[in-house]
Amino acid sequence: MKIVKHRLFWPAAALVTLLIINTIANPNFARVTLQDGQLYGNPINILRESAPLMLVALGMTLVIATRGIDLSVGAIMAVSGAVALTILDASENPGGLGSVAVAVVVAVLVGLVLGVWNGFLVSVLGIQPIIATLVLMLAGRGVALLITGGFITTVNSAPYKFIATGYLVVLPVAFFIWVAAVVIVSVLERRTALGMLTEAVGINPEASRLAGVRSRGIIWTAYIASGVLAGIAGVIFASNTMAADANSAGYLIELYAILAVVLGGTSLMGGKFSIAGTVIGVMTVQALNSAILFLGVPPAQAPVFFAAVVIIVVLLQSPRVHSYGRSVGQLLGVGVKPTREDKKEVAA
Amino acid sequence: MSADTEVQPIVKMCGITIAFPGVLALDGVEFRLLPGEVHSLMGENGAGKSTLIKALTGVYSLDSGTITVAGRERRFEATADAQAAGISTVYQEVNLCANLSVGENVMLGHEKRKYGAIDWRATYAEAEKHLAGLGLEIDSRAQLARNSIAIQQLVAIARAMVLDAKVLILDEPTSSLDRGEVEQLFGVIRDLRDTGVAILFVSHFLEQVYEISDRITVLRNGKLVGEHVAKDFPKDALVAEMIGRELDDLAAISDRADRAIDRSGTPVLKATGIGKRGVLSPADLEVYKGEVVGFAGLLGSGRTELVRLLYGADRSETGEIQIDGKSVRIHTPRHAIDHGIALSSEDRRAEGVVADLTVAENMILGIQARRGWLHPISKTEKDAVVKEYMSALGVRPANPNVPIGNLSGGNQQKVLLARWLATAPELLMLDEPTRGIDVGAKADIQRKVAELSEKGLSVIFVSSELEEVLRIAQRVLVLRDRRAIGEIESHSVDLDGLVDYIANSEEVSVMR
Repeated sequence: MKIVKHRLFWPAAALVTLLIINTIANPNFARVTLQDGQLYGNPINILRESAPLMLVALGMTLVIATRGIDLSVGAIMAVSGAVALTILDASENPGGLGSVAVAVVVAVLVGLVLGVWNGFLVSVLGIQPIIATLVLMLAGRGVALLITGGFITTVNSAPYKFIATGYLVVLPVAFFIWVAAVVIVSVLERRTALGMLTEAVGINPEASRLAGVRSRGIIWTAYIASGVLAGIAGVIFASNTMAADANSAGYLIELYAILAVVLGGTSLMGGKFSIAGTVIGVMTVQALNSAILFLGVPPAQAPVFFAAVVIIVVLLQSPRVHSYGRSVGQLLGVGVKPTREDKKEVAA
Repeated sequence: MSADTEVQPIVKMCGITIAFPGVLALDGVEFRLLPGEVHSLMGENGAGKSTLIKALTGVYSLDSGTITVAGRERRFEATADAQAAGISTVYQEVNLCANLSVGENVMLGHEKRKYGAIDWRATYAEAEKHLAGLGLEIDSRAQLARNSIAIQQLVAIARAMVLDAKVLILDEPTSSLDRGEVEQLFGVIRDLRDTGVAILFVSHFLEQVYEISDRITVLRNGKLVGEHVAKDFPKDALVAEMIGRELDDLAAISDRADRAIDRSGTPVLKATGIGKRGVLSPADLEVYKGEVVGFAGLLGSGRTELVRLLYGADRSETGEIQIDGKSVRIHTPRHAIDHGIALSSEDRRAEGVVADLTVAENMILGIQARRGWLHPISKTEKDAVVKEYMSALGVRPANPNVPIGNLSGGNQQKVLLARWLATAPELLMLDEPTRGIDVGAKADIQRKVAELSEKGLSVIFVSSELEEVLRIAQRVLVLRDRRAIGEIESHSVDLDGLVDYIANSEEVSVMR
């Protein structure tokens, strides 16, 4: 009972179920091989490819916790990718570590500036988050096109390519980047009071104001974090393709990020948030995308398949469905279920 | 009270009982409304006024009792049923569509049609006819939101007339109007009354109630207390009926609070002419170290408004505040907190607790906010604070790690008290700290306030329970109709004296 009641139980159960079904459908799904000291296989691909979505969803979690939403993350990715590759393209030595460092740092800083802009609109000017971030969502790709001069800039740079496709020890670099981001954000939120104050502002803004919480700074911080993380995601995405494509970089990623946050059990109403839940949510979305490729779902049917699975997962998590399930169970005489759970609780 | 027997009531409510989980909101209430009268429904918060109105407008269904409208017994399943029976309501917060035009609002759902399409010209003509009937000459094609709240209220009444209302319910219609606007509204009300419409009027302004009402019905704690002809029912009798007399065994607290306060030095708080247009007339106040000042007055008298202005929850337009003799600027709650002022709001749910956070998190929210997020409170410190206040205030359940939303009102209030005490304020303002909580928790909170003030904490204690105010405060500031009308030493009056003062005292500007 205690385990079932944990807020991450259903998100995790959904992910595990999805992985099990995939493996049963095709045992190769779970196969991991070691070649030249590097791990390969589907699970590893999921870990590697989930990096951009993971970073964006992390930021989205913080923004949603303040009762907000950030629709501009995809556009920020496009801008930061364009900035990074344009700098590399213009540098005399695109393959040099120095120019790669400059490109990455400037691209992330651009993400930060865009986050500051979003946060300013929301927390200082009081514009509704969906509108405030819509501005950048629409304008951002235009800015990216402006930076690349309307072309898809392609660059050859081994160290830059290493970011998304390289390996450290036995696992992909991109995986280490998102793990580091998860750890840093968790520490920042849970080892300082930022997490609690963010939740307080998200749950009851007026009570928080009267309690003396500086909600403006708290909300602003969330949008800045989202901008920075989207900036890093843009760098990784561009490194994966080695092309600055203003139209496809981060396309619709804001919606997948919102989906991942919700699958992870954080409410769109704001307040209580779970970073671990978001990690599970991102894995679920990524595993689903990977399954579509791996199980050979025809591209034309892929969106329908995706939507169908998402609906099932969301229903699985719904408390209302749980209570229906319980009453149906009792009707069918499967009334042993509660007792069994109670025993578990006693045992725990 | 039998002068009206020849007229058949348009509305007759008999034995109305409505229960909510754990509360009997209405207990066998009788109510009659005659055609062509203005009838005021009076009672303090939680007396059952709004429940009765909601029963009459079909929002709540009855647990028992009957409603008879125009001689026919009715059963209202929804608000539309009540409207169909000729009962219309104009709420305190105007419930019209602000972004539609005046005319569209008046005629919404009753537009004139021609060949199946809306004939806007005829619709607006009809709307203007109804508006003119209320003496309103405004552009019916202008957006509603461009008009003042007073005009919007009249538009709402015009809309009720389109629905051909026999009964018009006005719930706190004057709370955001100025004097001239109230006159205009009352003119309309009198005209409608003279055409035979029955008007049910709810207001916290006693003067207005007496100005407009023919009869008054008083409720208290969900029960009918009395029905009176307004002109034969003195104000102090009304206030006494509304408040009631409760006997408490809290004499001990009273003895404790009955002590002399040294008012020779510099006051902890000195407010001069603090006010805001339409909210509170400029008021003066001094609070000394270790003193408990009570605010007495009916709901809407301005007592909550004054503490909110002092705290910066609302921004004052006039006046000056001095803390310990130094002039300070208080525009936001943060300014107040930084100067050692704390406010526990009257609205525990909306402005106090952060429901999904735990008891412990709610307790430390005040100190944490003051320190900023970069300086988190360590686990040891948090545990110490939480442990201290959990036991000092007797919070139940004694587990600080449950969401505060799961606690009873009294225990939530204790947690909020702890939140502010933990910030070590110089002046603690408690607005209705004992509303809606059980007797035991009430006594606990009052005892704590008496104890802390003995140790030098200054307190402003706002409560609609006058006995409580007299028991705990050394001095009482009396407010009426958004104005501070005077101060009394609490040992110099008894409850009747205070009631009399609230009801009858001529307005005197507070001694400067």
